[in-house]
Amino acid sequence: MLSIHDLTATAGETRILDGVDLDVPAGEVHVVMGPNGAGKSTLANVIAGRDGYEVTGTATLDGVDLLGLTPEERAVRGLFLAFQYPVEIPGVGNAAFLRTALNAHRAARGEPEVAAVDFLGLAREHMARLDIDPAFLSRAVNEGFSGGEKKRNEILQMSLLEPRLAVLDETDSGLDLDALRIVAAGIERLRTPERAMVVITHYPRLLDLVRPDRVHVLAAGRIVTSGGPELVATIEAEGFAPLVGSAVG
Amino acid sequence: MSEVIDELVVREYEFGFHSDIETERLRKGLDEDVVRAISARNDEPEWLLEWRLGALAHLRTMEEPRWSNVEFPPIDYQDMHYWAAPRPKGPAPASLDEVDPEIRATFDKLGIPLAEQERLSGVAVDAILDSVSVATTFKARLAEAGVVFCSFSEAVREHPDLVRRYLGSVVPPRDNFFAALNSAVFSDGSFCFVPAGVVCPMELSTYFRINAENTGQFERTLIIAEEGAKVSYLEGCTAPMRDENQLHAAVVELVALDDASIKYSTVQNWYPGDAEGRGGIYNFVTKRGRAGARAHISWTQVETGSAITWKYPSVILQGDDSVGEFYSVAVTTNRQQADTGTKMIHIGRNTSSTIISKGISAGRAQNTYRGLVKVLRSAEGARNHTQCDSLLIGSECGAHTFPYIEVKNDGAQVEHEASTSRVDEDQLFYCRQRGLSEEDATSMIVNGFCREVFDELPLEYAVEVQALMRLSLEGAVG
Ligand SMILES: Nc1ncnc2c1ncn2[C@@H]1O[C@H](COP(=O)(O)OP(=O)(O)OP(=O)(O)O)[C@@H](O)[C@H]1O
Ligand SMILES: [Mg+2]
Repeated sequence: MLSIHDLTATAGETRILDGVDLDVPAGEVHVVMGPNGAGKSTLANVIAGRDGYEVTGTATLDGVDLLGLTPEERAVRGLFLAFQYPVEIPGVGNAAFLRTALNAHRAARGEPEVAAVDFLGLAREHMARLDIDPAFLSRAVNEGFSGGEKKRNEILQMSLLEPRLAVLDETDSGLDLDALRIVAAGIERLRTPERAMVVITHYPRLLDLVRPDRVHVLAAGRIVTSGGPELVATIEAEGFAPLVGSAVG
Repeated sequence: MSEVIDELVVREYEFGFHSDIETERLRKGLDEDVVRAISARNDEPEWLLEWRLGALAHLRTMEEPRWSNVEFPPIDYQDMHYWAAPRPKGPAPASLDEVDPEIRATFDKLGIPLAEQERLSGVAVDAILDSVSVATTFKARLAEAGVVFCSFSEAVREHPDLVRRYLGSVVPPRDNFFAALNSAVFSDGSFCFVPAGVVCPMELSTYFRINAENTGQFERTLIIAEEGAKVSYLEGCTAPMRDENQLHAAVVELVALDDASIKYSTVQNWYPGDAEGRGGIYNFVTKRGRAGARAHISWTQVETGSAITWKYPSVILQGDDSVGEFYSVAVTTNRQQADTGTKMIHIGRNTSSTIISKGISAGRAQNTYRGLVKVLRSAEGARNHTQCDSLLIGSECGAHTFPYIEVKNDGAQVEHEASTSRVDEDQLFYCRQRGLSEEDATSMIVNGFCREVFDELPLEYAVEVQALMRLSLEGAVG
């Protein structure tokens, strides 16, 4: 599914990613952990096609080279990024935004547009499942949303767009326990044999709700250790220091 | 944002076609004979001819103003036609079905079907081609409610007393150079009268179309809402693509008597010229309303067209507790220039005004907000809130804000807020990550930026305007 090889990203003079290798097969959920500033969000951004980095190496989704595509081409091929800091877009209604996004995906698949009424029904269904207030739809995208509401809105978008590969960048940060359960349920619902997920997190508590297939530690721009779910306990007990040390040394 | 944004491709102007309608024109030039000829074509009474000639005499003592933040070569006022009209193919049409098919086709192409049964939206339209009104729809239904909605020339014939009483009462012929010019040579326009206590049963709209070449358009609009009356009116404008500049110098007067309410919306999409700045309409317009006690006048404008836009829809808040509003979106791309804003003149007590201006510039365009809030000594308890936001797309365009505030009453509250920003990279990336193209993303963000103004437009036009915005910005990104 997702295959990243020797990926580097440089912004200005700073090398942020320094040879990342990562394979995420279909049907699996992989977790990426690592200290602040390790390059986790940069990895997510580079996969999604954000401007402003010089990039080398390869990243493919189902064999298709991602790095040569625009962000929107990657998106409609099934790549979804739940942002660590979702932006506010004043004046743009959430409903119109979601419907436009969904229709862009459908158009790429050669499917007809969803009419406004049908969309509302669909959105309400997803919102009910995610316990999101229907009033969300009539508000502007993320405008005035609390931190937790923004994260839930990301999950709502993910569940509507049903991506093949979802990258969740600290979607669990700043959530209360109920919200965390909702987000975890949203992730579990998309856990199917033909989909894959990369979950970036700092908190093992999410991993009690979503059992990962693999855990990777990203430090100083590289994957320094990978393992099964048991790696989480090691990190919790000892922190990143020993792992990072081995990377630098 | 990517570098491509600076690379402006020629944006397509959707309404740039020219119709082959046989046209009659007066010879070029501006003098007494031309003014007399225009007056004679309209069968005008003597007083109106004198009124025009007075304006012409005054015009000769005036100089074309050059204080605005726009640049254009000298205009030769003797080198243009002041009156053009489709040549009648027989007697005047007695009903809409008899309107020349070629003219109907022109308006159909513009999305303004003149046949009443096609106007499902229930909006009455006065269609003006070059200098004359060619059709007005729904007249009978409006007449039942006591509302008069017709071309200006018809109003002069059918309602001379009303015209004489109010013409020039808000914008006197001597007001400014372009008002004097318009007063001398205005050809046609729309007239609307809503009697006391009547709420106009449908949206009214006038659609202006310049078709003939080398011709200026000088229309005059007069809207009168008597005590407690209420009306919402919208004007739309387009013109063919031509290499030469064409002058449009209109005057709009709104009279809102006590407790009346007039909502005036404009969607201005005159031909803006090409990417190099060749051609396009010079849109030099005077618009002003006078509000009686507790009256409400609201201007909403979406200005996407014209090579140069120069207009300041204003409200004279004469009556106590009257309210004036100005909501504006001005989009300039390529070489377009806009210098637009409003004047709110507070005279009555407890008068209040709101100004919301959204300027969007792309390419090498220049966009200026110029506004005056004037509070006279008499205006005890006056309040104004002004908010001017500018959005820049690319690095070669400019946004300027000139708020003038003159307050003679110490108790007045006047607030001004201004901001200038660029289309945000993070917002763009967020939208694109959700599958929107760069162009769709930009237009969505820009539409969001304009939301407060769009929300003021009659519902019938909201969708149209968003599509127009998208079209205007096409080529400015991506
Ligand atoms: N465009 C940029 N220009 C310069 N430095 C950058 C840029 N983007 C990221 N960085 C730097 O790269 C490093 C990695 O940032 P990144 O946001 O990827 O970290 P992270 O692992 O997501 O951290 P956190 O856990 O705090 O979210 C940081 O030191 C950051 O300041
Ligand atoms: Mg991060």
